[in-house]
Amino acid sequence: MPYLEESYDIVVVGAGHAGCEAALACARLGLETIMFTVSVDSIALMPCNPNIGGSSKGHLVRELDALGGEMGKNIDKTFIQSKMLNESKGPAVHSLRAQADKQDYTRHMRQTLENTDHLTIRQAEVSELIVEENVIKGVKTFSGAVYRAKAVVLATGTYLKARCIYGDVSNPTGPNGLQAANHLTDSLKANGIEMFRFKTGTPARVDKRSIDFSKMEEQKGDDRIVPFSFSTDPDTVQKEQVSCWLTYTNEETHKIIRENLDRSPLFSGAIEGTGPRYCPSIEDKVVKFPDKNRHQVFVEPEGLYTNEMYLGGMSSSLPEDVQYAMYRTVPGLEHVKIVRNAYAIEYDCINSLELKPTLEFKKISGCFSGGQFNGSSGYEEAAVQGFMAGINAAMKVLGREQIVLDRSQAYIGVLIDDLVTKENHEPYRMMTSRAEYRLLLRQDNADLRLRKIGYEIGLVSEEDYQKTVKKEQQIKEEIQRLNKTNIGANGKVQKFLESHGSTPLKTGATLAELVRRPELDYFMLTEIDDKRPELQFDIQEQVNINIKYEGYIRRQMQQVAQFKKMEGKKLPEHFDYGTVKSLRREAVQKLNQLQPVSVGQASRISGVSPADISVLLVHLEQMRQQRSRSDRD
Amino acid sequence: MKKETIAAIATAMSDSGIGIIRISGPEAFLIADRIFKRKKGKPLCEEKANTIHYGFICDGDEKLDEVLVIIMKAPHSYTAEDTVEIDCHGGVLMMKKILELVIRNGARAADPGEFTKRAFLNGRIDLSQAEAVMDVIQAKNEYALKSSVSQLRGSISKKMRELRAEILYEMAYIESALDDPEHISLDGYREKLAVLTEDWLKKIGHLLSTADKGKVMKEGIRTVILGKPNAGKSSLMNVLVGEERAIVTEIAGTTRDTLEEHIYLNGISLNVVDTAGIRETKDVVEQIGVSRARDAAKDADLIIYVVDGSCPLDENDAEIMDFIRDKKAVVLLNKSDLLMVVSAEELRERSGHKVIPVSAKEELGIEALEDEIKNMFYQGQISFNDEIYLTNIRHKEALEQAKTSLDMVRESIRNGMPEDFYSIDLMDAYTQLGTIIGEEVGEDLVNEIFSRFCMGK
Repeated sequence: MPYLEESYDIVVVGAGHAGCEAALACARLGLETIMFTVSVDSIALMPCNPNIGGSSKGHLVRELDALGGEMGKNIDKTFIQSKMLNESKGPAVHSLRAQADKQDYTRHMRQTLENTDHLTIRQAEVSELIVEENVIKGVKTFSGAVYRAKAVVLATGTYLKARCIYGDVSNPTGPNGLQAANHLTDSLKANGIEMFRFKTGTPARVDKRSIDFSKMEEQKGDDRIVPFSFSTDPDTVQKEQVSCWLTYTNEETHKIIRENLDRSPLFSGAIEGTGPRYCPSIEDKVVKFPDKNRHQVFVEPEGLYTNEMYLGGMSSSLPEDVQYAMYRTVPGLEHVKIVRNAYAIEYDCINSLELKPTLEFKKISGCFSGGQFNGSSGYEEAAVQGFMAGINAAMKVLGREQIVLDRSQAYIGVLIDDLVTKENHEPYRMMTSRAEYRLLLRQDNADLRLRKIGYEIGLVSEEDYQKTVKKEQQIKEEIQRLNKTNIGANGKVQKFLESHGSTPLKTGATLAELVRRPELDYFMLTEIDDKRPELQFDIQEQVNINIKYEGYIRRQMQQVAQFKKMEGKKLPEHFDYGTVKSLRREAVQKLNQLQPVSVGQASRISGVSPADISVLLVHLEQMRQQRSRSDRD
Repeated sequence: MKKETIAAIATAMSDSGIGIIRISGPEAFLIADRIFKRKKGKPLCEEKANTIHYGFICDGDEKLDEVLVIIMKAPHSYTAEDTVEIDCHGGVLMMKKILELVIRNGARAADPGEFTKRAFLNGRIDLSQAEAVMDVIQAKNEYALKSSVSQLRGSISKKMRELRAEILYEMAYIESALDDPEHISLDGYREKLAVLTEDWLKKIGHLLSTADKGKVMKEGIRTVILGKPNAGKSSLMNVLVGEERAIVTEIAGTTRDTLEEHIYLNGISLNVVDTAGIRETKDVVEQIGVSRARDAAKDADLIIYVVDGSCPLDENDAEIMDFIRDKKAVVLLNKSDLLMVVSAEELRERSGHKVIPVSAKEELGIEALEDEIKNMFYQGQISFNDEIYLTNIRHKEALEQAKTSLDMVRESIRNGMPEDFYSIDLMDAYTQLGTIIGEEVGEDLVNEIFSRFCMGK
């Protein structure tokens, strides 16, 4: 008999960005939730880069916020610099990124968690899953205590059998020297879950006082700050910002790295995990791109109340002395003092093909998972998965329908679909190029896309939802007005057009037609648009984008319609594809392994050909006819 | 979402009098009306179902062919959709011209087995036949893919790969810059891409203009003549190509050093692959090893196995007979003008195929061979070559679409659209070109980004 036994609706294992979102979502839906962490002080820790957002990751945060997640609100409270990336490019790739005060970020998130009803925080290492007949029943801690639960969310991040490495030093710890979780892997394996070993890394943190900023370029934040959260009033976030700094490596740096490659655990073979290609260590970059004679180094503050600075672009697992030598070749870092070494970290994660699109394990009913544990990388990727795993665990306990976002609805949908459909051999990072419908999935319309879903789940307040409904209405009305309003070729208009290098009108034109001209936009037309209503900036922005890019948006919507058709064709669960005559052997094997939920998902599995899909469609129809025939009999 | 209208040639691709082009789908009548002209008459959709109409297929003002058009209305057709069948009688070339015209006017080239698939999905084919339907789809696709990959002319597939690689690189560049704007800049990129796009358009335009002359893919029944040296393969070849009844064209692949003879035999097009030396003259001793011939014969639709009846069979013959046992083949017992030491019965038993005694030298028995091939073709034993015709038309369609996509890139650049818009159309062009050489997109872009550009923190 265990000496201690408690019962909860939901157990969340891990208190990183995935764990926090999962626990908050469940508790806010009224379920008794307990969240485990190896250290309460490490709740919502940012052990690597000190920022939230960035290209495509900014999209994830805004989508999460629209659905009722916490990350956006938390960074709005704790950022120290903010920037909209890609502003000169199309609206689909604008992306918000904010530098966080790391400690502040952690503290605020912890405060939020501690003050959420139905949520219990517990410091303990979960070492075992309690599974009976493929159904999760709870977890056991290392000390032997048992926590019964109706559903479990695993979000162990990089802590499973973690090992931190630089040079020939190898510490069996999680990030920042935190205690690793060494037992859960075995329990997962015992339940038939396939595990991978992944690797990532982080650069050194250095003392601000030892840096000569005069040799670096200053990188300031935006003048007008856009908040992450749709619930944050933009006026409340306009504040004094802290700068980041840019410098470069040089041939001298690269020479030192090349001469010491044999001492790198990556090249000596001491590291076995697979690292991400998009976030290579500086030694990787030097080896892979020998023609580049310099690489950028971003020097970023870790917070307002610390002198530690993050050396973005120079993650490494070289020995300590080599780290000193190479950092000190960089202009401005000649006398740099290291506070924390750069290191690589290896950890266990699952093969994400073990999961359904709901993030529930195929082999363990009621057990869900999110974050780096699933083989992704990045705070934002983790947070959105934790959130989706959390709400689906909650939906399951509440007996409500599972929530799956598809590739045409959200980057979150793309991320999860990729994880559960495609073979993934490195930590997965979100990228805009992965989203085939990205013109529709913009960061500026995440609320229009997802608020309703968040509201129906129960995580978006009535007030926030009504705001979106009203916004939608106003956008629609304004677009209609622009399409209907004809403007004559009068002197004022011609003069306006001329002054903007635009061809004068021969006959009249609608305002919408003028917005579509490459050299004009909605905002510029204020001058000649006398009856324009007073509208908020975000509404004006939507009107402008929707009219200006109408042709492209329409084309993408046609593609989406096509896509939805195949997503709507559901495949049976636990189906033996070997019984379908004419499927190729490779397809049978892949389909049996993956058990896709729809024909659409099946079509994205590598090794399943269009002909196999045709065969599947015919087979589905055959089954349908057989069913309706036996119904008649 | 509306179902697309599809079209294909429904009859065997031979020069046998009448051929049928079938159009199926919601816009079948509309599309037919655009190209079908007659003295008087209402639009086809207003005509009664199951009626036949006389008139001309016109490409603009140009009359292509005198035809009969049959209309069937949903659900009373093979596919249970609105269907138009155009009976034309201008031979293979005309059928293809009309099909292309139909496609230009809004239909899409049918996928392999798609008519049958639709017929089933629309409930026209009995449930018990479902598995046969699946077989047809898979077999036709496999054939189309195989012919796509193996019969695509070397030079074209090379050009296609180069073009795709260039487009992929540019997409990866744009995406890297969008993903990591602080590391990779797009300054001045627009001008560079504009130049590249013009170049790509020119290349595709060239491919399109030559698409009719030398088809993208070699059409016809892929035929290999096997036999030991001196069995009489060369003589047979000469007889087949040398006579008036055969029309010969030479197609030399540029990257693979094979030569092919294109022969029309009673209106059936054969594509005879020269397995090293078939075309060489009588005085040169042929040196085909069995293994080499085996390679050539592996992908063949039809094997003609020539045996020298004046010499006893040896282990080379045994090996060939073993190899062709489960393939479509005809065995020729050659040199029937000499003293025979091999009997037709023995050969038939050991090879499992029909044996025809011939004398290539005296040109005896050649008609029997032609009849046999014709029979096999019309009985459907070697019937797949229509897929090649269709694949060619699909290729052309894909090229046209790639061109349209690149036109849009050009348009976007001219209109000063932001760079991320280009990659959408570039991806379309890339995907379309991929269908020609049988390659899917998959993770190409992400892999290219990581392997070419240095990104990240």
